Amino acid sequence: MEATNAYAQDHGHDHPTGLMRWITTTNHKDIGTLYLWFSFIMLLAGGCLALLIRAELFQPGLQIVTPEFFNQLTTLHGLIMVFGAIMPAMVGFANWQVPMMIGAPDMAFPRMNNWSFWLLPVAAIMLVSSFFVPGGASAGGWTMYPPLFLQGGISNDMTIFAVHILGISSIMGAINIVTTILNMRAPGMTLMKMPLFVWTWLITAYLLIAVMPVLAGTVTMLLTDRHFGTNFFNAAGGGDPVMFQHIFWFFGHPEVYIMILPAFGIISQIIPAFARKPLFGYASMVYATASIAILSFIVWAHHMFTTGMPTSAQLFFMYATMLIAVPTGVKVFNWVATMWRGSMTFETPMLFAIGFVCLFTIGGFTGLVCAITPVDIQIQDTYYVVAHFHYVLVSGSLYAIFAGVYFWLPKWTGHMYNEKLGKLHFWLSTIFFNVLFFPMHFLGLAGMPRRIPDYALQFADFNALATVGAFGFGLSQLILLVGVIKCIKGGEKAAGRTWEGADSLEWTHLPSPPPYHSFVTPPVVK
Amino acid sequence: MGALAALMSMAAWAEESKYNLPTPQSEVAQEIFDLHILIMWVCVGIFIVVFGAMFYSIWKHRKSLGHKAAHFHENTLVEVIWTVIPFAILIAMAIPSTKAILNMRDASNPDMTIKVTGYQWKWEYDYRTEGIKLMSALSTPRDQIDGSAKKGENYLLEVDNAMVVPAGKKVRLLLTANDVIHSWWVPAFGIKQDAIPGYIKDAWFKANTPGTYRGQCAELCGKDHGFMPIVVEVKSADDYAKWVADQKVKSAAVTMDPNKTYSADELKAQGEKVYAANCAACHQANGAGLPPAFPAITGSIIATGDKAAHIAIVMNGKPGTAMAAFGKQLNDVDLAAVVTYERNALGNKTGDLVQPADIKALRK
Ligand code: HEC
Ligand SMILES: [Cu+2]
Repeated sequence: MEATNAYAQDHGHDHPTGLMRWITTTNHKDIGTLYLWFSFIMLLAGGCLALLIRAELFQPGLQIVTPEFFNQLTTLHGLIMVFGAIMPAMVGFANWQVPMMIGAPDMAFPRMNNWSFWLLPVAAIMLVSSFFVPGGASAGGWTMYPPLFLQGGISNDMTIFAVHILGISSIMGAINIVTTILNMRAPGMTLMKMPLFVWTWLITAYLLIAVMPVLAGTVTMLLTDRHFGTNFFNAAGGGDPVMFQHIFWFFGHPEVYIMILPAFGIISQIIPAFARKPLFGYASMVYATASIAILSFIVWAHHMFTTGMPTSAQLFFMYATMLIAVPTGVKVFNWVATMWRGSMTFETPMLFAIGFVCLFTIGGFTGLVCAITPVDIQIQDTYYVVAHFHYVLVSGSLYAIFAGVYFWLPKWTGHMYNEKLGKLHFWLSTIFFNVLFFPMHFLGLAGMPRRIPDYALQFADFNALATVGAFGFGLSQLILLVGVIKCIKGGEKAAGRTWEGADSLEWTHLPSPPPYHSFVTPPVVK
Repeated sequence: MGALAALMSMAAWAEESKYNLPTPQSEVAQEIFDLHILIMWVCVGIFIVVFGAMFYSIWKHRKSLGHKAAHFHENTLVEVIWTVIPFAILIAMAIPSTKAILNMRDASNPDMTIKVTGYQWKWEYDYRTEGIKLMSALSTPRDQIDGSAKKGENYLLEVDNAMVVPAGKKVRLLLTANDVIHSWWVPAFGIKQDAIPGYIKDAWFKANTPGTYRGQCAELCGKDHGFMPIVVEVKSADDYAKWVADQKVKSAAVTMDPNKTYSADELKAQGEKVYAANCAACHQANGAGLPPAFPAITGSIIATGDKAAHIAIVMNGKPGTAMAAFGKQLNDVDLAAVVTYERNALGNKTGDLVQPADIKALRK
């Protein structure tokens, strides 16, 4: 601890300015900012791809894009949103908040922190530029299933390398977060006194360390199948295409929780603050988070019910998946109980938090419907599933990110954001989000498969509606951009403790904005 | 509250409308349908209770009404209750679901078996006992897709050769794929099974009412994934028997004699048909291909060069690319015809012919 402080102090006066400040920075706040801006840019990039998809699907027939290009759009939309937008945003929050919330001066490994961030743009450039190589970008879906993925061109190799780089970045980030949380808490801050956001990130970081190598391994197997004559997944050479799916989803299911657990953490900070009442069941929230994380390792094959696995396996994975509803329910009940008989106000962070609880729960319920194997047989790979995972990822993870941004912007910038714009952003987003995704449930039930560029006539009306919602939702995000820029540029001064009910260290012990090096001497937590 | 009421009425409306699972036509589909309705209502019920409480709280417990915050937290009894109740509900859901799975997976004692093979982008139906083999591909004309003609009623859900089965019989499907993973899905029968290269998976259905039922490939399988529909015609026993008889006559009539030597025009005429049905999806009807993913045939070094190399790539395909081995799919006459066609049409003029006997000599 001493050493870290000394390091922080003597670099305090001579850090570079301008562009070099950002390239060489080892400061957790700078790096957090970089992560968040990167993720916002990726959100817009992935969003543009989504708008192209929706524009093509506005009417039956092929109007705007070719089927090949359509597949590239869906593939890159998925990869960019998962690895470029949601995950880096969560890491951005961890960078800003974890040291401040546990009373530490910085992250444990500041240089590795710099490196974890700067790998991301490299991977992003590789992914985006793959649109311009011969044959276009990867078109086998973000899940990269062979043998289809073995067919594509050079862009598939670029995707594999991009995934490798993103994986290295995530693993380094996760190691950094675990070490920071375990070693650098202020005196008196026991594990069970940590803010829930810190807890959720501790557990998430372990998930990342466990599964990112699995992903890296399996895409490497794709690479050797493509170029070095192995036949891991090529049936003609004695390989097994289904094995890829098992390995991929062994990563992929925990990945879902990697994207949602920090969101749970953010929401668990915000609801008590605006209800002015402590979280109803702190300990049970911690245990629920841990149970979800552990269960996430034994449910992967629910993504594969239609592969025709043995009946006993279908039963096992159905039961295990249904079980996840219990700790998830505990979380939702806890949030509601925290609000119950509080003294609530409804500033933008709270609006997004309430939106999160409602809409994420709808996604949870449709998840339960998907868990029921026979029903999943009907809705797997249809728009029902598309609706389901956008309810948990957009109105789940992304809403939590929005909520967190509005919640902590005053702390980060020292200025209040514009409440009117914030509320407008919330209401427009929520209305258009539902116009966009709610009809997709019905499309899926009625039999529309996902990942198709054109569809039968009976699906036309709801597809048109969804497209209207998509453009509304997409454009509403510009309000966020305006709001954030205005807040950075100026505005009403924010108090150190901006929110009356917020009680973690960054609110109680630090001014807004916090000094470049906060907690040079650790606070004492009672 | 308004939102909840809307949700309720939506749910009720969805139950009947064309936006729910289609009317079940098999026992399994019926079970799935009922399970889905049951679970949806349970979820709607829980949603109303939990969010009723939340919105009540939002309404009443706000600072602007002067509500003072209580300070209660941690209550073990409450936490046990809200863990145990959901658990019990889940068990209640698991019981009928388990029954449905056991029924769905029991493909034993079928009345007939059809082998289904997925290709990029068509289905092959092989009636083993009847000795009938069909290729089933999209029949919607191109101009409807690109918008220059009015779209028909079954736009994108129509095929040249439908699968035909008798009503009331347990049909077992054996599914596999030749190139990439596809998924055979007919919602009305409650059946969706991936067709995976290297595996043979089974599934079954028993359709009770004669009629035409439609579905689509449900696993992303490349460029024309959205264009490989499935159509099943369920016929009465008599009509089915008639269909089988017709099919046999037809295939006898179409089959060309593999021992004959054909003229250039005969081969090219047959080759054009084979090309349109099997090759045009990738290499395009005019032979221009879609480079670099799908090379042009026009001016191709292989299609204008050594005959043996040309025959070899068509028969054996090229592993790791979308070019499949057509040796297994096409007979000697069709292979000879399509190679001759590629070498002497689509802008190519090698002038050489490939006869069925040449292909036959290469098999073994
Ligand atoms: C699913 C898409 C697809 C279909 C259908 C298809 N091909 Fe191909 N074909 C390819 C691809 C991809 C290649 C390039 C393989 C490679 O990388 O060398 C190819 C290559 C070829 C070549 C060599 C061309 C060259 O210059 O390299 C010939 C000849 C050919 N195909 C003939 C056929 C014939 C005949 C049919 C129909 C019976 C057919 N193909 C159907 C995808 C397809
Ligand atoms: Cu397919």
